[in-house]
Amino acid sequence: MSGVRLIARLDIKGVNLIKGIHLEGLRVIGDPREFAQAYYRQGVDEIVYMDAVASLYGRNSLHEIVRHTSHDVFVPLTVGGGVRSVDDVRELLRSGADKVAINTAAIKNPQLIRDVARVFGSQCMVLSIEAKRQADGSWEAYIDNGREKTGLDVIEWARKGVALGAGEIMVTSVDQEGTGKGFDVELVRAVSAASSVPVIASGGMGKTEHLIEVVTRGQADAVAVAGILHYKRSSLPDIRAAAIAAGIEVRRVS
Amino acid sequence: MSADVVVIDYGIGNLFSVRRAFEYCGATVLVSSDAREISAARRLVLPGVGAFADGMRGLTDRCLDRVIQAYADSGRPLLGICLGMQMLASFSEEFGEHRGLDILPGRVVPVPALNIHGEPLKVPHVGWADLHAPTSEAVWRDTILAGIQAGDAVYLTHSFEVKPDRANHLLACCDYGGRDVTAAISDGNVYGVQFHPEKSGPVGLKIIDNFIKLDKLP
Repeated sequence: MSGVRLIARLDIKGVNLIKGIHLEGLRVIGDPREFAQAYYRQGVDEIVYMDAVASLYGRNSLHEIVRHTSHDVFVPLTVGGGVRSVDDVRELLRSGADKVAINTAAIKNPQLIRDVARVFGSQCMVLSIEAKRQADGSWEAYIDNGREKTGLDVIEWARKGVALGAGEIMVTSVDQEGTGKGFDVELVRAVSAASSVPVIASGGMGKTEHLIEVVTRGQADAVAVAGILHYKRSSLPDIRAAAIAAGIEVRRVS
Repeated sequence: MSADVVVIDYGIGNLFSVRRAFEYCGATVLVSSDAREISAARRLVLPGVGAFADGMRGLTDRCLDRVIQAYADSGRPLLGICLGMQMLASFSEEFGEHRGLDILPGRVVPVPALNIHGEPLKVPHVGWADLHAPTSEAVWRDTILAGIQAGDAVYLTHSFEVKPDRANHLLACCDYGGRDVTAAISDGNVYGVQFHPEKSGPVGLKIIDNFIKLDKLP
């Protein structure tokens, strides 16, 4: 069986690794390159870099960080934040990224999903969805790092994104992000049920039990872990061991 | 001094990671789309991601298909990675029927859509999977999988897999939904891997190191 992937998510502002709550109130943690390298040595399955402010300011400053990381980190590297065009994707891949995660630009121009998938393959095109729970129990997609509503229903948007060629979906609960109170399991479960492609659960992991819950009940194919790692509340080997103890298939790292 | 490894650039895919992983293993790397440089390579790597037809067009537009076929006959080491592996086969069923390089006889077919219980599997198949040999890991001796243990995991992302015509060309499999999917194929000096050794951590780097040292393996 293919295992559940443990992904370290590093949100970046400028040259710094940062962490917020609900994707806001950003706090500087350190040099993302050092954190990425440490996570690689601890056996992380993938790394995701998200430029937290790029889509606001219309730029992506991650190239140098990506270039440095891909020099000695040999696991898949996904980069998101401010990716607007096929040319942006090409440039990130040239810097050493393997996949791109696109949210804002894909919502503004859904054809971008098709274009990226056609030019670079679906495996390269990760649709990033920022979801906020609504009073009626549905979820609305947000852009610009959880700041702007779109009116789009998350589940419908996920289906459309897959139909356009997204190879994976990373769904971040804006409500849970940074709280450490656990994933929005219902959200992940709904997206996973609607999606034929793998789903990465993001936002809210505060302890290993949350991972087990979002995999078993939420049907997540991969789990993005951030604050709990950055603040050293837990470690990748401990998380991996807890997953194995709970009967979840993960990569065995020697 | 010629490079240890030539990586074929045919306008598709991410060559940076492949190049960097070989360099990390101590090889000098030349990324080239030049037929003479490719023909003269001491070791040749055919990388690639994306659609089969686009990949083959990338090769034929540069007249590299025959160059690679001739290289394979030379006995020098050739490694196809992901789409590069699939293009070594005879035919692909991805979006119609397309001819491959036909260096390793076989077909490129969709990965299983259902597990052995009949439940749908996520496609593309993305993630880490354990390698195992079709019969015994003893066949890995003196190959790029020398020193790899059954259960060592590698990173894959694919919707199609190669089914070699000849059972003895199947070098390694991994499990998806209770079914074997092809992870590696080989025929003498020619190797194809569905997984990304450049993205498979220390296990992948070991496989790359083995490829660089193929002529020196005991």
